[in-house]
Amino acid sequence: MTHATTVTAGPAGPTRRVSRITPVGVFLWGLRIAVVAVILYGSYLSISSGRLTGSQWRDLVVFGVSTGSVYALIALGYTMVYGVLRFINFAHGEVFMVGAMVAFYVANGLATTSLWVGNPVVSLLIVLASAMLASTSVAVIVERVAYRPLRGAPRLIPLITSIGASFTLQYLVRGLVGPSTKAFPRVEPLRGTFDIFGLVILRSQVVVILAALVMMAGLYLFVERTRTGKSMRAVSEDPETAALMGIDVNGTIVKVFAVGGAMAGVAGALWGLVFPSLNFFSGFLPGIKAFTSAVLGGIGNIVGAMLGGVSLGVFESVGPSLVLAGYEIPAFSQLKDVVAYSALVMVLIFRPTGILGERLARERG
Amino acid sequence: MSQVTVPPAPIEVELRPAPAVEMRRAARLGLSGGAAMVLMAATGIVATFQARMAIDPILPLGLLFLYVVALAFGWMAGQPPLTLEGFAPAKVDGRNISAGALAGGLAGLCVGVLVILMTVFDLRGVFVELSPDLIEVLSFGLPVAVAVPIIAAISSVAGALGAGMHRLPVRIRRTLLPALIWVVVFSLMTDLFGQLFTGLSIDWMTTLLYPRRGGPLTITGAVIVFIAFLALYWYLAGRRTKLRQQVAAMPRQKRLRWSAAATVGLLVILYFVPKVMGPFVSQILVTAGIFLLMALGLNIVVGYAGLLDLGYVAFFAVGAYTAAILTSPQSPAFSPQIALIAAIPFVTLAAAVAGIVVATPVLRMRGDYLAIVTLGFGEIARILLNSEWLAPYFGGAQGITNIPDLQIGPFSFNTPQDYFYPIFLFVVIAAYVTLALQNSRWGRAWMAMREDESVAEAMGVNIVTAKLSAFVVGAILASFGGALYGAQIGSVFPHSFDIVVSITILVIIIVGGMGSVPGVALGALVLIVLPNLLREFSEYQFLFYGVLLIAMMLKRPEGFIPSKRRAQELHQEEVSQDAWLEIYGEAGATNEPVPEGQT
Repeated sequence: MTHATTVTAGPAGPTRRVSRITPVGVFLWGLRIAVVAVILYGSYLSISSGRLTGSQWRDLVVFGVSTGSVYALIALGYTMVYGVLRFINFAHGEVFMVGAMVAFYVANGLATTSLWVGNPVVSLLIVLASAMLASTSVAVIVERVAYRPLRGAPRLIPLITSIGASFTLQYLVRGLVGPSTKAFPRVEPLRGTFDIFGLVILRSQVVVILAALVMMAGLYLFVERTRTGKSMRAVSEDPETAALMGIDVNGTIVKVFAVGGAMAGVAGALWGLVFPSLNFFSGFLPGIKAFTSAVLGGIGNIVGAMLGGVSLGVFESVGPSLVLAGYEIPAFSQLKDVVAYSALVMVLIFRPTGILGERLARERG
Repeated sequence: MSQVTVPPAPIEVELRPAPAVEMRRAARLGLSGGAAMVLMAATGIVATFQARMAIDPILPLGLLFLYVVALAFGWMAGQPPLTLEGFAPAKVDGRNISAGALAGGLAGLCVGVLVILMTVFDLRGVFVELSPDLIEVLSFGLPVAVAVPIIAAISSVAGALGAGMHRLPVRIRRTLLPALIWVVVFSLMTDLFGQLFTGLSIDWMTTLLYPRRGGPLTITGAVIVFIAFLALYWYLAGRRTKLRQQVAAMPRQKRLRWSAAATVGLLVILYFVPKVMGPFVSQILVTAGIFLLMALGLNIVVGYAGLLDLGYVAFFAVGAYTAAILTSPQSPAFSPQIALIAAIPFVTLAAAVAGIVVATPVLRMRGDYLAIVTLGFGEIARILLNSEWLAPYFGGAQGITNIPDLQIGPFSFNTPQDYFYPIFLFVVIAAYVTLALQNSRWGRAWMAMREDESVAEAMGVNIVTAKLSAFVVGAILASFGGALYGAQIGSVFPHSFDIVVSITILVIIIVGGMGSVPGVALGALVLIVLPNLLREFSEYQFLFYGVLLIAMMLKRPEGFIPSKRRAQELHQEEVSQDAWLEIYGEAGATNEPVPEGQT
């Protein structure tokens, strides 16, 4: 390299850089404006067409909130692990899937007994507990086998390992229980609707939303109020200093994985109530969506995960009918996942710090 | 402790005895190995491979795989600890072997427990593969009470053998192991070698090794292969390093001439490959070649530039669909029906545009977020191609069929054997481009960016152009793969562009070695050819990939044929030094004299 080429970038100070209009900046602003315009015009078209009635819109929103709360529960695992280890635990979607699988088999076993009909609350609690146990164990085993030996490795290494773990879990489950799609048994008392302040809502959706809220509140209190929660926050803030203060860093990380896994297990059991079909690949999409929720809410932020999950759920449920139907796209429900992935891409490109802001002590990246 | 000053240069240090292997660790490894073996049985791997014989009447492949796991865990359990500074080199003695035996025995007991559970309970309601056949296979048809101790004993012996390998002198180990591996290769690849011998018209070899046509390797065959390779490796053992030194000592001119001669020789051999190998193997090689082409492209994006692209398959799809639309008469909206060769510039252009479209929004993103966004792009592309909405342009789920074959001048390419040559040509071009870029200005910018983006930028690397160019070059290589794939298969469907393709390519470059061209070539050959040749294997292909991905990242993140620079980056911290500090701390705690104090 000659001297002439090395000095060219010289006088450009930081202020000039920011104010300069770059082609990339123009492209990104163009993209932003285009996306907003497409969404607004599509919504205008579909609302003015009056295709759906008010109650249909409301149903879509409620459905979105209930799926969104499941996403939120899964998102907690991503957010907490990202908080302490700064990496995306790609296998978390599969931890959720294992929970859902176990919930299916336990529910299926119970469905033939008198307990299922006689005492549905107890049987649902059994289902929930076994799903939590299974997901927690899987999360902890994955941490022990695949992630712990990699502390301090370059950042992409644990990410690639977690992709491997995700694949391994998927195909292990496929090998163990077969590739067929399983149907979750019906829970009789949860069929039908509740009438809450004039809102008619499916019972299963009410249960899912309530259960998610309870778990979320419990987790919030756990992290904010208990000693273990405090040590988790300390490790997420600064692992070295936490270790100097006498906190068992590895033990705390295991607990973070365990708590995240337990939440994913609850999500898995609740998933069966909303979407009664399940196979070995069922964890992939909810996992991606939950990760989107975590980023949307601000990664490392527990309240944000709830907010992000619900927003994504509603957006995904309302979006196709609101935006895509406006453009008269045939079979727009096929593009439901495109909406979710677009939300993911847009959030990561334009607002990687999320709605409520990141709670990360150290810089990402 | 604090008074101890480090002497400037310790002259003679009395070495502390090396730590011996730990039995607790061996037990833990044994249980992990047991879990692995139980999962192998429960996912059906053992039963599936049982039908195939490794060595004809005595050793079925299923059981071989099962007990190889015990052997591997025994090897790990018996591995002497790292020799640390200030410690005597670890000795391998009976304790290591008993550690191996313990690990193997425990692993075998786990399998025994599985057999007992299977006979007592009917677990098939949940675990579909736990059939009575599996009990039969695992217990050798014996009653359970007899079978369980036998399983534990075999497994224990396997573990002890694995641990015992540490006792063998290095030269013998380096000879014995490859010879054994070749025996397994010959028993797995019966079709491949059978075809090879027929193609070379040395049928007597088939008669010798696989007397039943298309059948398994016999004991005689196994012994012949074993002895032949034993002799070969024994002969090579000392000479390989000497040869390498000789090559290194050669004057540049002479070395270039030799490598040119070797390249020509290789090309001549490759010219005959499809003729000798027949259509079946050629088809597999063509598939491997297409994957290799894509892997070389991803190698630039991930290996050189350090941008983990999980939606790489989208560029493959762009290439395949662009070529299909331009060449096929069945293309729904726009069908100019030009020749594939004439379409290649448009494919390149489309791929470059796609590369820029994907890369521009992610310019400011780093590492993990970039991976997820690219994954999102890849999935969006697949769903859109599959949708009713765009079906008038891309054919929806029905795809685009009737893609004409490649035709260059008077040559028409129809069979897999024909396609071997153009694909090979593209692979050579891609490999050349990759190697040429490695030491170019671009290549250096990419690697600087991979190592530290901020520092690279501060040093004058234009991150925007570096990222865009990496994505564009990678996209173009993948699109060539796609165009050839479409022409060779004759049709393109959206479901061929699943996320698993992206992951498969990622596994190829990680196993081979990120940033290393020979490594990527090896990875593609092994990971694509193996599952295609072994029908039983394809069922467990992705499970294998997943496990391989984890294992590689844990044990050998630089891959099997690493690029020197990448390996250095990944092993920046001195491993032994870290371990030394750990032990030093423990020694201090027990108030024993620390070695540095005693000069």
